[in-house]
Amino acid sequence: MTSTKKDPVLVILQLSGGNDAMNTIVPYTNPLYTDNRPIVRIPTETVIPINDTIGFNPNMGPIKDLYDAGKVAIIQGVGYPNPSRSHFRSMDIWHTCEPDKQGTEGWLGRTVKAMDPKAENVLTCVNFGRGLPRALVSPGVPIASVGNLETYGVLTGMEEEERMEALDLFSRIYSPTIGRGAVVDYLSSTGMDALKGADILKEAPLKYSSSIEYGGDSVAQYMRSIVQVITANLGVRVLYTTAPYNSFDTHAGELVTHAKLWSNVSQTVSDFYADLVEHNATDNVILLVFTEFGRRVHDNGSGSDHGSGGIAFVVGDHVAGGLHGEYPSLADNKLLEGDLQFNNDFRGLYSTILEDWMGMDAKPLVGGSFEKLAFINK
Amino acid sequence: MATQDIALMAHLMRRAGFGATYDELQARAAKGYEATVEELLHPENMPDIQMDLLERCFIDWKEINNIETNQTYWTYRMVNTQRPLEEKIALFWHGILVVGNTKCEHGRQVKNQLDRFRHEGLGSFKNILMGLASDPAMLYYLDNQMSHKGAINENWGRELLELFAMGVGMDDKPNYSEDDVKVAARAFTGWTIGNSIPRYPYGRYLNNFYYNPNDHDNEQKTFLGETGNWNGEDIIEIACKQPSAARFVARHLYNFFVADEPQVPAWQKTPPRDMALIKQMEKAYFDNDYEVRSMLRVLFNSQSFKDARFARVKSPAEVVASTLKLVGGWDTPKPGLQLISNEIRYMGQDLLNPPTVEGWHTGSEWIDSGTLVERINFCADQLGDTSKPGVQAIIKRVAATRGLTPETLVSACLEALGHYELPKETRDHLTTHVRKGGALNPASADFNTRVSQVLQLIVSTQEYQFA
Repeated sequence: MTSTKKDPVLVILQLSGGNDAMNTIVPYTNPLYTDNRPIVRIPTETVIPINDTIGFNPNMGPIKDLYDAGKVAIIQGVGYPNPSRSHFRSMDIWHTCEPDKQGTEGWLGRTVKAMDPKAENVLTCVNFGRGLPRALVSPGVPIASVGNLETYGVLTGMEEEERMEALDLFSRIYSPTIGRGAVVDYLSSTGMDALKGADILKEAPLKYSSSIEYGGDSVAQYMRSIVQVITANLGVRVLYTTAPYNSFDTHAGELVTHAKLWSNVSQTVSDFYADLVEHNATDNVILLVFTEFGRRVHDNGSGSDHGSGGIAFVVGDHVAGGLHGEYPSLADNKLLEGDLQFNNDFRGLYSTILEDWMGMDAKPLVGGSFEKLAFINK
Repeated sequence: MATQDIALMAHLMRRAGFGATYDELQARAAKGYEATVEELLHPENMPDIQMDLLERCFIDWKEINNIETNQTYWTYRMVNTQRPLEEKIALFWHGILVVGNTKCEHGRQVKNQLDRFRHEGLGSFKNILMGLASDPAMLYYLDNQMSHKGAINENWGRELLELFAMGVGMDDKPNYSEDDVKVAARAFTGWTIGNSIPRYPYGRYLNNFYYNPNDHDNEQKTFLGETGNWNGEDIIEIACKQPSAARFVARHLYNFFVADEPQVPAWQKTPPRDMALIKQMEKAYFDNDYEVRSMLRVLFNSQSFKDARFARVKSPAEVVASTLKLVGGWDTPKPGLQLISNEIRYMGQDLLNPPTVEGWHTGSEWIDSGTLVERINFCADQLGDTSKPGVQAIIKRVAATRGLTPETLVSACLEALGHYELPKETRDHLTTHVRKGGALNPASADFNTRVSQVLQLIVSTQEYQFA
């Protein structure tokens, strides 16, 4: 499978817990920011200005450099109507595009199914981390979920000869049969996919070398694995990883925690891009960084509570760098129960990526037509 | 002893505990099913694990200050306790009344919470919630020390209603309103933590619960339709008497002990799988002062439970603890226990550190191609080690099978593992594999390896992932 034109690839980094949009892209000259954040405020003089109203959190220098090079689209005021302030519900909504009912199928699961309806490539989508985010789940869609790229495989404890025989039996035991129930069917296809995926994926780290030294945190290590898989040319189109444990849920002690989080994420995004450059692989890759909601406009004295109206980033060579959407107003009468009002629907963000980047019909994948943003330059 | 009694006992022990060796199953089946249920429901009548020897071997078990020690200690308890339901109910509540180690001033605070689940987890739900509301680990985890009169932090108030006591809704209706969340948060103002001795120079100290009346909102409040100057206790009192609280506990118990249910957020719209059993458990809840033990007595003695064999996907803790119990060798403390307890995390369940306050998603959501690979590799490696006393005992039992053929060998292996059941095609694959290896002779040099290979293949099947 070689072609001169490489298929577009989407990488997603999920910031779990609800990133505080106002302390990420800071409305540093707005007096309402100062009023609402008597304690949990980024000092004006430390903000890295974008223009005379907003600027980057001081720990986002590496992303600012990419921004200056025109590689970063900042998607402002992103959200959905009747925002849920529950992490799970809101993340579910972002994952399933179902704001009105509980959905079980993820938008990327549907996307992978549309790309590869017969599930011919078990590696259309690879998740890095423990457990599968709901965004990737769709019945019958194989998705490899890799905790550690170096040691991935089945029955690895057996002696070689014995293992070959056991793997042969394993593949027969896991081959699909009828009448054993949905969960067993699911296990069977998962087992088969694991078997196939492991065989292919083990090649990726062997082929890779790089001068980039990533940080030691799990996001950095997984982003490195993502570059290893992209550069191995295995036909992977969607790669996903998640910042751990609701880490962005900064109800208390926000200033210290949030600074550390963004210093790590910014460096990782910068390393990721540089690594792609080193492998001449920037031409067909974009990165989406998102979170389930923003946080309340007024701080709670130490952190900020769950809110709405967040910030997302899209990074890559084919991204129209700059500001997209509007920064939501902080004026009292423009807030929704004390939270920022969204002004662009996340399903429009998804639609832009799906249609203008991946070249797909977004409507069935995100459940409707939503206004797109012009952040892709193809 | 009738085979079906042992198979039923294997089912009960997988659910109410972490499985059992064949000898234990025989002994328990001889005592009888209902007698065993009563024994399980009263762990206080059985001896606890003796800590003095263990603390001499693992000196950090005296303090238990970090998550790795906590996880190792808990794994040891799950494998070796004579009070299996005590550990199981602690695991049950740990997945619901969630505190995570990543946001804790002191690792032992989570351990203290687990101890309370061990000792009180079968008692009154109201008592459990009261303990939770005044638990310094929880107050800190959900930021209630940051919630003040006139400036509430609604994190605890919301999760108490959504995830700990009632759930979003049932029978197509919401259980509470956004106003109830705010009122609950107001009623809990003043519930805070004290004794924050500085970390330096001697390390972390435990916080204690402390009620600050000056920071409590003393205004009238209307909660779930009842108006008064409510404090935290009143909120729990009012919540516990709602039908939604009975439904919430019953449905969680069903999901954990009987059969996989859809995840909690779906409960408003999706009715329970077995409404009759849920209703009986709800009745037991109200008839017995919200006592969990009474609900479980109904559950374990119900026909629905007895019929629900292999209807739940095992949690990672169950996979690891039951496999270690089966293969043996971990009944005394020794090095390597920490490494092996890490396997639970690799399979997607980082004990004492749930991914979110929602706990872990269960059922088939435990499984993806990554975690399935971890499960298969762990179980196959354990059963492949013929030096393990439990594996040797299984091989001995299999070798004693009368009229040993490939068919009876596979059956004997399935029985010895706890009466697992495989579909015919899978059994045929295994039988053919055994037959290819030639005549079976327990005295031959390769007999142990051949049995252990069959065991490895059985624990690699889809069916072994179910309890």
